[in-house]
Amino acid sequence: MDLDALAGCFVSPACLVTQTTSGLIIGMLLFLVAVGLTLIFGVLKVVNFTHGAFYMFGAYFAMTTYQFTGSFALAMLCGAAGTAILGIIFERVFMSRVYGSDVLMQLLVCYAFVLIFDDVVRMIWGPEFRSMGMPTAFQVAPLFIAGGVVPPYYLLLIGVALAAAIVLGVGLTRTRIGKVVRAAAHNPGMVSALGINTGLIYGGVFALGGMLAGLAGALAAPVRSLTPGMGFSVLIESFIVTVIGGMGSILGALIGALLIGLIRSFGSLGFPLFTEGLMYLFMVIVLVSRPAGLFGKEVA
Amino acid sequence: MTRTRRPGISRRTTLALMGTGAVTFATPWVARAQAKTIKIGMPTILSGRVAQLGTSSRNAVMLEADKVNAAGGLAGRQIEMVIRDSKGQPQEAARVARELVNTDGCELLIDAEASSGAFAVHEVARDLGVFCIHTNSETSALTADPKQHIPNAFRTARVGVHDSIVGGSYAAAIAKTKGLKKWATCSPDYAYGRDTTGEFTLYLKRFAPDVEIISESWPKLFQPDYTEVVTKILQAKPQALYSCLWGGDLTSYIDQANIYAMFGQMEVFAVNMADYTALTVVKNLPKGIHSGNRYIKTFPATPENAAWGDAYKAKYNEYPTNWSWENATAIMLLAEASKKADSADGKKIADVMRGLTIKCPFGADGTVTMRAEDQTLIGYAIGWGTTIAQEPYVPDVHAGDWKTILELEAEWKKSKGYA
Repeated sequence: MDLDALAGCFVSPACLVTQTTSGLIIGMLLFLVAVGLTLIFGVLKVVNFTHGAFYMFGAYFAMTTYQFTGSFALAMLCGAAGTAILGIIFERVFMSRVYGSDVLMQLLVCYAFVLIFDDVVRMIWGPEFRSMGMPTAFQVAPLFIAGGVVPPYYLLLIGVALAAAIVLGVGLTRTRIGKVVRAAAHNPGMVSALGINTGLIYGGVFALGGMLAGLAGALAAPVRSLTPGMGFSVLIESFIVTVIGGMGSILGALIGALLIGLIRSFGSLGFPLFTEGLMYLFMVIVLVSRPAGLFGKEVA
Repeated sequence: MTRTRRPGISRRTTLALMGTGAVTFATPWVARAQAKTIKIGMPTILSGRVAQLGTSSRNAVMLEADKVNAAGGLAGRQIEMVIRDSKGQPQEAARVARELVNTDGCELLIDAEASSGAFAVHEVARDLGVFCIHTNSETSALTADPKQHIPNAFRTARVGVHDSIVGGSYAAAIAKTKGLKKWATCSPDYAYGRDTTGEFTLYLKRFAPDVEIISESWPKLFQPDYTEVVTKILQAKPQALYSCLWGGDLTSYIDQANIYAMFGQMEVFAVNMADYTALTVVKNLPKGIHSGNRYIKTFPATPENAAWGDAYKAKYNEYPTNWSWENATAIMLLAEASKKADSADGKKIADVMRGLTIKCPFGADGTVTMRAEDQTLIGYAIGWGTTIAQEPYVPDVHAGDWKTILELEAEWKKSKGYA
């Protein structure tokens, strides 16, 4: 425990800027993965354990596109679009068959596909770790804000994740499609009775969730090594975020992810040997005080 | 008087069952004794973030085993490698090792696990009494600690304390020249990371007493994101950083530290950088990272080493790794010991292997020795230098002096209560 370092950071603008942006970076990337997870749970009532695999596919799609085209924008697009297509195929062919089944059955199907997807990646890209490398446009000196260090690439990452959060929030609350999706989440039978194709909605939501995880993977690819199974640790942290924020709540996923990011960032200064533990401790405190999570709805 | 039959299994049935059981369980042993091949079991990491190192271990073993088989095998018995994936999980490594011996009939084990799994396999070797060579675990305590000592287990992996002595003395010389007094460390949070970092700082301070460690970071093994670690180090403003991160963890760390321009703000000493695994994967390798030699075909600068590196590349279309030479050495030692013992029996091989010196392309003077007292390898090429982004990657390696290494290691063992 190094409380002096933590206290010192709060009175140093440079440290505050660096650690806060560090927390935002960790949090926003986590948000992109967690929001897909929570969206799928909110509408489909399925805990999608394969979600980490979509993050992994997004990273590999982006790396491959970048290697062939050298275009970072196209790499991001392919990472997101590729996982969206994969998501809709996976949902229509496999997941749609286990809706309403026992939770254990859903878990088994998901777990089987986690292993299958990992092996598919291993067969296509090989078992060794890979690196996409930072695009030339972002190989620039970091910005110094109030003495704090902020890499330009991470500003882009925060911006993209924030834009996704806004589009998602507005889309779900202000548009007709969003209202239909929310209605399907509450009462799919009634939505179906009104002549709306719920299968299409489910497939679309799954694809959107997969796309967001894929986008997160694509954004992470320039700074993280790529390996089969890389989605697992991200999935665990995403679950922590959704549990803290409340299963099914998009605002909860955003707040939960940012809190986890800041806990990791500042925790590494004050509690260097207990940073991981702090995350779990915080989750326990939230669950004890608000069992449904910060923004989750209590089940009557 | 009538005899009544007792309920349950009769004595005759019990004897019959025991007989059947004995035959069933003895069959593999009888079969082994008669087999013309000798099965060598090898648990290693073939999936996950360090799969490339596991694969390179397998490749090196196969390369050497083919040579041994072409020359007649181990005491006339052809080597059959049985290689299984432990997924980098210690419990899986132990399970696989046990299965390789008990079910697959392997008579010898090559434990190609990282330290996290090696200690688990070591306990299996202790329990089953099977001959075992640890080829990848560099944690010093594995062979230095007398509590770990078993007569049937050897190690051909480099030893953390050897690297630390050479690295500490190399880093101290640079620290004195450049006035690097404030140091930070960042190493993986498990046995290898903790031990090796502790030993490096011990020798750094011994050779440069002015040095002060002002920040320590212990990220998890296989952690995907190091942002908070990088920013923490930047806050501490050290003049130099030591790290024993390795494989995919090291490349992730470099990529993430690069965008904070960290490498321009401090001298970086990363013992595991100079391995082709990391050197060829990192797209934007910063100049001037100090590293220990892991495997490069230009050090030791001998025709034998270069030929071995080229032969490996010709066969597998990639360069060998640190784990490759450590595993290749295990087969070289096995072949020589088996030849001297004129047997493929694990116990006889073990007796000959203690103190055995062989010609080896990875030796500092062209030979390596399996030290008898703790059954670990000495005499291998060891040195530090600075990296560049293209071949030969480490153009100028400062070789460590084995006389000094052994003297300081003996002192270290005493200080730890190991000797």
